[in-house]
Amino acid sequence: MSSSVKWDWSLANEAFPDILKAFLEVTLLVTVAASILSALLGLVWAVALRELPGPLSKVLGWLLGVIRMTPLPLQLLIVTYGIVTPQGWLAHLDGPDQLNHRLMIIGIVVFAVHYSTYMAESYRAGIESLPKGQWEAATALSLPQSRTWRVVIIPQALRATLPSLGNWAIAMFKDTPYLLAIGVIEMVTQARQIGGDHFDYIEVFTIAGLIFLVASYPTAILMRRLEKKLAY
Amino acid sequence: MPTDKTDGAGAPDLSKQSGAAVQTGPDFDGNGRPRIAFEDVSKQFGKNVVLNDLNFNVAKGERVTLIGPSGSGKTTILRLLMTLEELSGGFIYVDGDPLTHRKNDAGKRVAMKPKEISVIRKRIGMVFQQFNLFPNMSVIENITEAPIHVLGQSKDEAREKAKKLLDQVGLGDRAEEHPTRLSGGQQQRVAIARALAMEPEILLLDEVTSALDPELVGDVLGVLRDVANSTDITMLLVTHEMQFARDVSHRVMMFDAGHIIEEAEPDAMFSDPQHERTKKFLQAIL
Amino acid sequence: MPDLSSIAPAGVVETLQDHWHTLLDGLKVTLELSVFGGAVAFVVAVVLGLAAISRLAVVRTVSRIIVEFFRGTSLVVQLFVLVYVLPQATSVGSHPLLFCVIALGLNYGAYGSEVVRGSLNAVPPGQWETTTALSMSWLTKIRRVIWPQAWALMLPGLNNLMVMLVKGTAIALFIGLPDLTSVGDDLRKSGVDAWTVYGISFVLYYLAALAFSAFLRHLEVRAQRRLGIRPSKVKTAQATAEAVA
Repeated sequence: MSSSVKWDWSLANEAFPDILKAFLEVTLLVTVAASILSALLGLVWAVALRELPGPLSKVLGWLLGVIRMTPLPLQLLIVTYGIVTPQGWLAHLDGPDQLNHRLMIIGIVVFAVHYSTYMAESYRAGIESLPKGQWEAATALSLPQSRTWRVVIIPQALRATLPSLGNWAIAMFKDTPYLLAIGVIEMVTQARQIGGDHFDYIEVFTIAGLIFLVASYPTAILMRRLEKKLAY
Repeated sequence: MPTDKTDGAGAPDLSKQSGAAVQTGPDFDGNGRPRIAFEDVSKQFGKNVVLNDLNFNVAKGERVTLIGPSGSGKTTILRLLMTLEELSGGFIYVDGDPLTHRKNDAGKRVAMKPKEISVIRKRIGMVFQQFNLFPNMSVIENITEAPIHVLGQSKDEAREKAKKLLDQVGLGDRAEEHPTRLSGGQQQRVAIARALAMEPEILLLDEVTSALDPELVGDVLGVLRDVANSTDITMLLVTHEMQFARDVSHRVMMFDAGHIIEEAEPDAMFSDPQHERTKKFLQAIL
Repeated sequence: MPDLSSIAPAGVVETLQDHWHTLLDGLKVTLELSVFGGAVAFVVAVVLGLAAISRLAVVRTVSRIIVEFFRGTSLVVQLFVLVYVLPQATSVGSHPLLFCVIALGLNYGAYGSEVVRGSLNAVPPGQWETTTALSMSWLTKIRRVIWPQAWALMLPGLNNLMVMLVKGTAIALFIGLPDLTSVGDDLRKSGVDAWTVYGISFVLYYLAALAFSAFLRHLEVRAQRRLGIRPSKVKTAQATAEAVA
């Protein structure tokens, strides 16, 4: 006979503030910071892929592919235990808050690098979608290369790329529970802890799932609208 | 030269047609039921009314050309017959059988079930402006696909018939070719063979030469002339090839804003149009 | 193990010699999750994708709700609901591997259904109309004409999603299922050098993702050849970004 799970409003009410707090202080913070960082990095990669000499561009392209094709949790583990821990950056800290803080910074960097490889692809598609005439016109005007990028290519490519970048940011948002791999207490981990304390999980995961849905769905709709609006 | 239509096998005797007789057209079986009947047909796309209470009949074996400015509803008529668009009002009958809607016992208009519709629809074939050959199949597979999977013919039977049809359209040696390797005119001839393979009673031709380079039009029209002369398939054509319309059709209907504003035998229509709009239209395109 | 000492750093060779059984078992779990998860995801994607273009509004709406739900609530949350709530609520018991496969299948299947729907819609209307003009039944239409064309269009998107799914199998770590990431983490905790053990896992993931990707690319090239076309890859990146958001 199956044991029945009943919805417990008092647990839901008790857990909600803590889950929301973890969402705002960790999940959202990491998502926003990593999104901005990865959008910038992605642009750097996209420009570099075009401007670097052939072999270097190939190597960079391959490196980005390797990062894109390997799991984020593993990348978090490698950076935390292979790079940061040997440097002693995670030792002799003032307390769990500082540790969580530093792990979050690792998370932001790793997420940013991982998703920058996807965003670079989006930028590249945006750049390639520009008519060749734009480059030719810039050459005809003898614009220096850097200025061509800054005032001609990037502004136009950004327009075509923006919804795609937004979509990657949303994807990243839903990947934030991967931070659990290195022990960052983000929203879902927080929810699991509370659930574990009460041996009752349905309320906490429903809350966490709904927060994801409520935050990501409108943003996704916004991106779809933006995409239609920006389409030439 | 308007000669083909009279020496074609089974061509109706048009000499008897005049006045009201044109309205019904020739009737080979003599049972009084037209091959196609539009009854109070209306069609609107959103607020845009394309057809409003349209009535006309097409007789068995009759070949009718629809002309008129773009947006006058000609293509919509073909698409309604092919059930590619949904009827907003009225009825379409094929051999007296309702196509998509019927009157029930209480006289109310009811939509028919998809299964019922498909029975009647099998009597109709269509050739499109853009050929629409299936790119995932060879030329001959394009032709045999529906006979095998819709009519239930055996593969051998379907292939044999398809080969004959390919010979007929002058492409007997291209059977195993991929459609994208053919010219537009050749693709359209395959599309005609594909439609004929279903042995339709009615063939709808929707601007079948409009997407072709001028030098390729002749071959396609030649094939259609052959079909017109050698069969008694009822044809409804929308075309801008007025000489062709003149040669093969028994009747021309001039449409404007969803209404038939003039209809006549092609000679009369093209040499002596009565309506002002028709005169202007013909002047503009001839 | 063969002697690798001449080509690899000493730490790697020793780790491989001591622990290759463990790592191989981890790889096996990762591959199982990838293959079964991918298979479930494909079925889910096809069913939801076809439902999304149904003529019946009810079917379309139901498909939409399911897709948005699984896209929107995060893979890890779905996994945790299966692992923590389901055994409490029912008598199904605990099956970490199965639950992981289901979570991967539903989540990536929902994303995949967007790719399937988009590809079916991208088949030119003229093709759909011609199937009607030839009186084909719905099944014949889809099976013989529309699907073979949509198939070629959807493979680049499915390819990207499959790579993501392979990466996504690492969620096994969070429920203690001994996949490649888990066993690597355990080895690191037991004192094996982090770089070495994670480096080996990293390479294995990369090779696995490459293999799946190459297989789907092979299917794509074959499908394209059958259609006699050479579609561009330009839109693929955007299409995937839309699907996973």
